[in-house]
Amino acid sequence: MRLPLSWLKQYVDVDIPAQELAHRLTMAGIEVGEVEVIGGWNEVFVGQVTDVRPHPNADRLRLCVVTTGTEEMEVVCGAPNVATGLKVCFAKIGANLYNTHTERHEPLAVAKIRGVESQGMICSGLELGLGDDHSGIIELPEDAPTGALLNDYLGDTVLDLELTPNRLDCLSILGVAHEVAALTGKKVKEPVADYKESGAPIIEQINISVANPELCRRYTASLIQGVKIGPSPQWLQDRLTSAGLRPISNVVDVTNFVMLEYNQPLHSFDFDLIKDATIIVRRAKPSETLTTLDGAERKLSAENLVIADANDPIGLGGVIGGANSEISDGTVNVLLEAATFNGSNNRETAQSMELRTEATLRFEKGLRPELAPIALRRATALIQEVAGGTVAPGIVDIISDEGIDAPVVPLTSEKIKRMLGMEVPAKQVEETLDALGFTWESASKGELKVTVPYWRNDVNIEEDLVEEVVRTIGYDAVPTTMLSSPIPFQQPMPIMGLRDQIKDLLAAAGIQEVINYPLVTLEQLEQVEQLDQLALPLRMANPMSSDREYLRTTLRASVLANLASNQGHSAGPFRLFEAGRTFHPRKGDLPEEHETIAVVLAGLRHEPSWLEDESLLDFYDAKGVVESVLERLGVAATYESADDLGFHPGRCAVIKADKAVLGMVGEIHPAVKERLSLNQPQVAAFELYLAPILAALPSSQRQFEPLPIYPSATRDLALVVPSDVTAGRVTQLILRHRGIDRVELFDIYAGENIDAGSKSLAFHVYFQARDRTLTNEEVNRSLDGLLRTLERELNAILRA
Amino acid sequence: MTEPSTQPPTAQSIDELIGSASAELDTLADLEAVDQWRVSYLGRRGSLTTVLRGLASLDVEERRTIGALANQAKNTLEERLEERVRQINVAALDLSANQGRLDVTLPGRPALGGRLHPTTKIVREICDAFVAMGFGVVEGPEVEWDHYNFEMLNIPKGHPARDMWNTLWVDNQDPSGGSNMLLRTHTSPMQARVMEGREPPIRVVVPGKCYRYEATDATHEWHFYQVEGLAVGEGITFADLKGTLYEFARRMFGEERKIRFRCDYFPFVEPGVDMSIDCFACDGDGEGCRICRDSGWIEIMGAGMIHPKVLEGVGYDTEKYTGFAFGMGPERIAMLKYGIDDIRHFYANDLRFLRQF
Ligand SMILES: [Zn+2]
Repeated sequence: MRLPLSWLKQYVDVDIPAQELAHRLTMAGIEVGEVEVIGGWNEVFVGQVTDVRPHPNADRLRLCVVTTGTEEMEVVCGAPNVATGLKVCFAKIGANLYNTHTERHEPLAVAKIRGVESQGMICSGLELGLGDDHSGIIELPEDAPTGALLNDYLGDTVLDLELTPNRLDCLSILGVAHEVAALTGKKVKEPVADYKESGAPIIEQINISVANPELCRRYTASLIQGVKIGPSPQWLQDRLTSAGLRPISNVVDVTNFVMLEYNQPLHSFDFDLIKDATIIVRRAKPSETLTTLDGAERKLSAENLVIADANDPIGLGGVIGGANSEISDGTVNVLLEAATFNGSNNRETAQSMELRTEATLRFEKGLRPELAPIALRRATALIQEVAGGTVAPGIVDIISDEGIDAPVVPLTSEKIKRMLGMEVPAKQVEETLDALGFTWESASKGELKVTVPYWRNDVNIEEDLVEEVVRTIGYDAVPTTMLSSPIPFQQPMPIMGLRDQIKDLLAAAGIQEVINYPLVTLEQLEQVEQLDQLALPLRMANPMSSDREYLRTTLRASVLANLASNQGHSAGPFRLFEAGRTFHPRKGDLPEEHETIAVVLAGLRHEPSWLEDESLLDFYDAKGVVESVLERLGVAATYESADDLGFHPGRCAVIKADKAVLGMVGEIHPAVKERLSLNQPQVAAFELYLAPILAALPSSQRQFEPLPIYPSATRDLALVVPSDVTAGRVTQLILRHRGIDRVELFDIYAGENIDAGSKSLAFHVYFQARDRTLTNEEVNRSLDGLLRTLERELNAILRA
Repeated sequence: MTEPSTQPPTAQSIDELIGSASAELDTLADLEAVDQWRVSYLGRRGSLTTVLRGLASLDVEERRTIGALANQAKNTLEERLEERVRQINVAALDLSANQGRLDVTLPGRPALGGRLHPTTKIVREICDAFVAMGFGVVEGPEVEWDHYNFEMLNIPKGHPARDMWNTLWVDNQDPSGGSNMLLRTHTSPMQARVMEGREPPIRVVVPGKCYRYEATDATHEWHFYQVEGLAVGEGITFADLKGTLYEFARRMFGEERKIRFRCDYFPFVEPGVDMSIDCFACDGDGEGCRICRDSGWIEIMGAGMIHPKVLEGVGYDTEKYTGFAFGMGPERIAMLKYGIDDIRHFYANDLRFLRQF
């Protein structure tokens, strides 16, 4: 909200600099985003044009005489709207103005324009920094004081308030004034609301009833007769304009102005258009419609509260008026309404009709019922002042059974101490409450009964009052202490520890972490995995865009997309991982969120370097990372060849511990590569599912194993096995053999000297005994046994 | 090389032997020749050994004097040998340094270059600061019920403050027609979830992803992280809140930063707090500063004493327990720490960005 200081000063004295005021408001919870200074001009005055003559040498220019009351000067002016009698902004020689030619601020110099000397300048908005308009000069109001410094007349400071939703009161100038008064030790000057009443009392002229008091806690009205509709006086128009509202006519402008003063929205009806002089505040009937002031015809329902006359709705209560009772130039008698409508109903109506107005902005937050008659009287007085007419004696004031009692909230010194961790002296508490406009009485020792002022709707419980006190005396006054309560026992979440550990291992393995949006398109998911047609991914009800519509069920698509978007920058290596959640729908419950890690490896195996080869990352790089990660975690995993839509046929394994699936590893399917425009000969990838890995972690701590005391014996073993025998199977058998401690596969060969349908696998085999040095004979005997087993189980023979 | 003498040794002949052997040693340039020299003088059949053997033909008095001289000569030659070997080694190194000189400006073999995402790092740093103050770390679901995201936080349906969080709703076909499932707009739903599960004392921080229905620009992301914090127990005060957050800010931003607490509003706390630090860019001056928008202060987090309605909602006795809560945006903190000018860098996953951290 933009708050001109000049306006604020009409309600409260401000004798501290604007910056200091902004600081105090900000600290107390009314954040001032910006302090904008309008003006700051020197040598610029309110002038009056006394004569306009043609320029002797230029058709478009004119010679004007401008007076400041004490001096007369002749200036050249090219503005089309210059005219005799006009009040203008006149800059004398030396004034610092925006020069539209040089586009800089410069002192104004005497200039000869087409042979005539100009002794100053009549300014446009652009030259004064009051806007972008350079098409004509500024026309000041007729009552502008000739000779006054323009700075005194037009200059101002505007505070831009960034209000939090609870401080409805500060949406009004008086609300801010109360706040400023409390923070600077001043008193608020309430606006006057005096008017004379005459003629027949209002209750004899109109019949008003409230049929649905649950939606209208209070309804007040006054009647002003014999008004003359016309434009508002300049001051009123200026105030509305500065607040961003458009002046319409004197009566309507007053209702808006008083809303800006007090927050209470008001509405004016053309009294003569109200059928049977009857107003019923009721829920709309199912088939009713109303053409509102914005020209739209709106279908109504029983959820909408209307102001109706004897027959039809004439207004949508607290939202917008009806065209059928609108104030027009011909309006003579005005019925003025100030009511307290139900906040949430008002909000729902406004939302369903997409009609958020200045009124609903206020009603939806719940205005206090005490406000209605105060604002009504103020507006009635102002209407009489600017539009004339007589005011019918009395007002209509209908109050629901809910009543209009102000909230009374207790406040104990004990509570203050318990919440803040410090004592605030009773006297200081009382003075603070006084300054904020709260009234109070002592209930018992250390307890006050505090009544909340009518402009505040945000104070309802004791804690609110504690905040009122502490924000006013300042948060700086509260001491700084460390928690002294006992430190609770913290049970760590194992899955978080596991995830962090794997992330660290992956980063150490040279893999870069990425973090992606979890919202994707269905196509992105379908490109990399088989979707479960019976349980499609969760969809947003209000997606921001079509490319962020579904909650991902896999991380693959995202990390592969990262590869695609980065592959243009280099030849790799591309090593990427993401640790995130996948979302799997469940009936009638929140989705399951699976902690998953996805890794993609592609491009050169090594950073391009003068030292290295040009080999590419492949399946075995991916599997190597999986193995080292699982090994570090102490998980014994197996790898089984598997088929998966996203992976290259024959180049994919499922990672298991016993029966549990821990993840997948493989090369990305060529079709997927093509669909995602991955220009890589091969892309290796793996996924790890953290929940099953957590379950597969060894249940006990690793236990120390004594180091062997005796030397081990090594034998190299080259075996010829049928092609379809996996290395894993051979290794498994070797390791199972008694006396063998360790085995390393160091060569695989097929081709010359090996029968077709066979391959050769070469191993280093380590024999080790815990209690002695093995003799050659023992090792050879063991080896013979191993060879017999391998032959029997796998048809393996020793390579010749 | 000197012929082994068969004459009985004299002081003079020993002197001469030392002289000629030393002179010869000085001419030798490689270790092999030096070794031959060692054999010929000091070896089992070497000149000096022969001298020592010749001692037997001397009388007792002479044997003692000459024997001592011969032993001295042996020590002298051994020392000179050692020195010569050292000289030759140094010379060889000099030679190889000159001939096999490496181009030390050539790049080394690249080590593996994996890094954690900057958000991960900052989140860890934030959590670690609180763990050091006795807080635990927990996480919660990213897809939430309206109940936890709003209602349990004193933001009932129709509450105007709901406008503070533009919500992405999940299409979950709620029988009432609307949706009651959403992507959490903050990590605050974990306040109620944590409290529901246990009795005070509680001290936890909750990192995690959050989502808002918002257009992105240099300072706004629809997808971002938060770290929520919660301390509930007997006798926890606003002063404790200030102390805890002050200590956090010191650890995170250093001792020289100034810290400001001012009044702010969140429906689930009362009183509400905004914590700011003085601007890095202008050192709190403010004037014309783009980073802090002229204010000299940068907002770091929102906080406050937990609203009694939130405590009541989870069945806590508000006469017995009080607590405070806080929440902050790690990306914002990372932006300040690393001078990142656009939040959209974080999740665009351009490796040229990620590799900088
Ligand atoms: Zn700054």
